[in-house]
Order: sequence, then C-alpha cells, then structure tokens
Amino acid sequence: MSEIIRLTAAALGEKLAAGEVSSVEATRAHLDRIAAVDGAVHAFLHVDAEGALAAAADVDRRRAAGESFGPLAGVPVAVKDVLVTEGMPSTAGSRILEGWIPPYDATPVRLVREAGMIPLGKTNMDEFAMGSSTEHSAYGPTHNPWDLERIPGGSGGGSAAAVAAFEAPLALGSDTGGSIRQPAHVTGTVGVKPTYGAVSRYGSIALASSLDQIGPVTRTVLDAALLQDVIAGHDPHDSTSIPEAWPSMAEAVRRADVSGVRIGVVKQLDSDGVQAGVRAKFHESLELLQRNGAEIVEIDAPNFEYAIAAYYLILPAEASSNLAKFDSVRFGLRVTPEGGGTVEQVMAATREAGFGPEVKRRIILGTYALSAGYYDAYYGSAQKVRTLVQRDFDAAFAKVDVLATPTAPTTAFKLGEKLDDPLAMYLNDVATIPANLAGVPGISLPAGLAPEDGLPVGIQFLAPARQDARLYNVGGALERLLEAEWGAPLLSRAPDLSSHEMAAAEEGAL
Amino acid sequence: MSEITAEQVAHLANLARIALTEDEIAHLTTELGQIMQAVEKVGEVATPDVAPTSHPIPMQNVFRADVVGDDDVLTAEQAVAGAPEADGSRFVVSAILGEEQ
Repeated sequence: MSEIIRLTAAALGEKLAAGEVSSVEATRAHLDRIAAVDGAVHAFLHVDAEGALAAAADVDRRRAAGESFGPLAGVPVAVKDVLVTEGMPSTAGSRILEGWIPPYDATPVRLVREAGMIPLGKTNMDEFAMGSSTEHSAYGPTHNPWDLERIPGGSGGGSAAAVAAFEAPLALGSDTGGSIRQPAHVTGTVGVKPTYGAVSRYGSIALASSLDQIGPVTRTVLDAALLQDVIAGHDPHDSTSIPEAWPSMAEAVRRADVSGVRIGVVKQLDSDGVQAGVRAKFHESLELLQRNGAEIVEIDAPNFEYAIAAYYLILPAEASSNLAKFDSVRFGLRVTPEGGGTVEQVMAATREAGFGPEVKRRIILGTYALSAGYYDAYYGSAQKVRTLVQRDFDAAFAKVDVLATPTAPTTAFKLGEKLDDPLAMYLNDVATIPANLAGVPGISLPAGLAPEDGLPVGIQFLAPARQDARLYNVGGALERLLEAEWGAPLLSRAPDLSSHEMAAAEEGAL
Repeated sequence: MSEITAEQVAHLANLARIALTEDEIAHLTTELGQIMQAVEKVGEVATPDVAPTSHPIPMQNVFRADVVGDDDVLTAEQAVAGAPEADGSRFVVSAILGEEQ
C-alpha cells in the first residue's frame, strides 16, 4: 500500500507544503486505492478522477507560483452525496435524483475547494440520510472495511468507510441523529457533529432542518479539527447559521489536556442494554482519562429515554415536508403513468417509483404526525420532549464540562440483520439523538476493539452548544493517551483489503 | 390512539402524493401501528406546563434587502438544466386539471 494514503490529512498537508509530494501524486494515490478496493467496499457512488486531477494540478501550479495556502491545501477529500456539487452527480442515495447534476456547490463544498482541497467524488449513504447502515441506499450498501459482511453505519457509511479504507484521508458527512458519529463508532474512525448552525446547511439536501448538521469524518481528531476550521463559519445563505466567529479547533487539539476537566457519565446510557465489549472499552477510556487528571461524575438525564420517540416524530414530520420538493418537475426522475396523467398523477407515480421503502415509511409517518387532530398529541408533544432533553443537558453542563457515552449500543452488525425491523434499526441512535434534539456538538473517536468480536468501538463526548473546542480538547487528549497504550492508531489493526477484494472477485460478489 | 387502518394509510399516501401499491399499504399499516405505539411514549412526559421547542439554538429572524443582486442567483437556463422536461427557460409539466375537473 502506498505510504501517501496512510498519512493523516495533517501530515499529508505538511508534506505538500514542504514540496515533498505534489497534490497530483497524492490525488493519484487515492484514486488508485479507490480503484483497487472500492469494488469490495462500495464507499463511493461517483468518482471524479478527471476533475480531481485537474484541481490537484491547479493547486500544484499555484503553489509553485508562490501562492500561500491553509494546512489542508492539496489534500483529497470525499464528499457525502447529501451535499450538492456543481458538475458532479448528487443523489442523496436516492433513485429519484439519479443522474441529477446540480448547478451550484453546497457551502461546505465551496469552502473545501477554496481551501485548495481536492474533492475525489461522492460517498454512499442511506437514501436521504434515513438509516443507520447504508442499506437503504438505492445503489446498494457500503461494506465495513473491518468486515465486509458488516454494516459501515449510517447514514454516512460511505464517508466513514472511505476514510477507514484509506480511500480518502478525510470526508464530509451530515448528522441528523448520529449519521456522522455512529459510522465513526463502527469503523474505528473519528466523526464530529458540530454545534447546530456552526457549518452552513446551504446546499445540503435537507432531511430534518432543525436537526441536520454538516461535519468532518476523519481518521484522527486533529484532522477533524482542521476540517471543521475550514467549513465552519457564518453563511448568509443559511439563516440558521451562527454569526459569531469560531476559535481554532486545531489549536484545541494541539493544546489538549484533560487535567481538571469534569466529565459526566450519563447514567441512562451506561446500562445493560449496551454490548459488554462496548461498555468495557468505554470504561477503560474513562479510567485512562481519570488517571490523567480528569474528574468523572455520574449524571442523571431522565428525559433522554424519551429522545428516540421524540426524534421519530420530529424527523419524519420535517422530512415529509422537505421531501415534497421531489415533485417530478424541477429535478431528477419523472415517471408518467400509462396513458398519461395530470401533474399530480405524474408526481404520485414518480414518488412511488423513485423513493425506497424507508423513505416512504417516514414520509407517511410524518404526514400522519402532522395531520389535523394529531398534531398536538404527536409533533407538539415531541417538541416538548425536546425542551425536556435540553433541560437535562443544561442541568448536566452546570456540573460538568463535557458528557461521555458509548457512541452506539453495539459494534457493527451484519448486513441484513435489522433491515426488516425498523424499530430495532432506530435504537442504534439512542446515544446520538439527544445531541441533535438540543443542538449541542458531539464527537465519536475510537476507544478500542470489543474483545468478543474484535470490532471497533467508539466513545462519544458531548459539549454545550458553541463549545465544540471542548470536544477537540478531550478527544485529542484521549486519542493521544490511547495511541500511546496501543503503540499505533487503531486502524493499523484493520484487515488488509486487497485480499478481501480478490476473494470477493473470485466469488463473483463484486 | 395508535389504531391505524389501511384506509388511513391510503389517505396519507394520497396527501403525500405517493402512488403506493396495495401490498405497500398493507405492510405500512402494520409497521406504522408498531412505530406509533413506540413513539406515543412522548405523551408520558409532555405535560401542559412544558413549553415546546421548535429550534435547538435560539435565534432571531434574519432579514436582507429585498433586491436581486446576489452574484450567485441562478440563470433560468441553469435552473431548468436538471429538469426532466424543459423548453430552455421554463419547466414543462402535464395538465394541471384532469378531464373531470
């Protein structure tokens, strides 16, 4: 395996700045890796080799001419297909948008381009980000690089798997109920959901507008910080974008120190419902932090147990409204019933053919929850639970600086295992959803491998709104302590994909 | 309260403009019943004294001058470029009204 693809984004950026490697070389190395392993992993829906190499050559040329760039200039990046990209297809994992090429870039995409980063292509996801496994993608699931028969998490399984399989040093993701953090947990990578409004949602195909947030998907905490520094900031195109300037997250990682930091453990999320190995790694991490000066405090968050119920009312309600735009008129698919039909009949036939089962399920659920006569009982009550969850966070953050939880209850399950049981699938997000309801930031980083199955386990930290830097401090410190114990990053223990690929090809599974 | 009938699902599908098949309606009727039963849990704590929250971060409405002038406004050609049917500057659709209307 080429050494270039093993580098962190930060290290690659330094080599690019020092002229030890060109952006074209770095981009080509990642494109070669994609060509070698993505048949088995299926992290990408679209790879723009030509565009990426042209952008890389442009950065190399400008650098040679003396232009100065930020730390990630010339570094390739993968983009979740929920973000619209000028000149690259953007489907959000849905058949209804197959082949659609947007006329503009989402703000986070524009910002990574302006930082000199090289978009490699678009990554797979559950259709319209509805799911926890990528199995709801209309284009087939992504496979977990640790075990190709297992889920890579979702909805952003493509971005997480691309990074875990060294197909890209970092990626953009979106997190509505855990779609950045849960994939990080099951793939041994790092994922951050910034504070709601920290990163512009302009050009992000909306799932639930009051919950969605764009964020970094990486292999290290420093890389996540560097990417958040690029994409965060006020955008007049998103009226929910926070106007205040942000401190440097990369600086928070470089100065990371947990001595004196008060860490709250949410009692309700540290229970028997969590797989033994996930819980064991969680407690080992906490003990390590404690030995290095952190104070561990138990926290009661009684309303968190209502968070999933509230989420599965608020999300479908907002999604049913947001997805009304897929009307067979302005973009994507149009299906005309036999013998023609009115625009309404064409719309209904198009949505029947273009949406998958999970999307239909949630649109119908949301339409029901918003119906006259049910609105107060369902959507109204869910919004009250949102208040209660926020109060739990407020009470907790009066006592501690950050909260800690296992990121998800189990390690990666087998593809197909929960596909026919929507409620079981929804329970994956039990620990990640409260942050979206309250708008607070969260990070998941690797905590080790579960002894019982050898699969990656993540630990989640949550901070008060606008205090994203606290996550980078605690996350950066824990990563350093754990890697000192392990002697190497967790991903160095991931299987060699080239042999998997050959085996899969022989079985005709590609 | 979570009794959901196939007729209700068919009505919701019509409201949501999705031409669901009979099989899908039957399947969804069962699933929605189960999901609604699970999410009704919110009623246990959503008492009248709790104020609802619609938005996670308190914010003021945002205004701007009511003028076109942003340099990133799409041209008509760009706006229709991804449409299933367009005449160059306008979206083309089938009849708005059916014959009986």
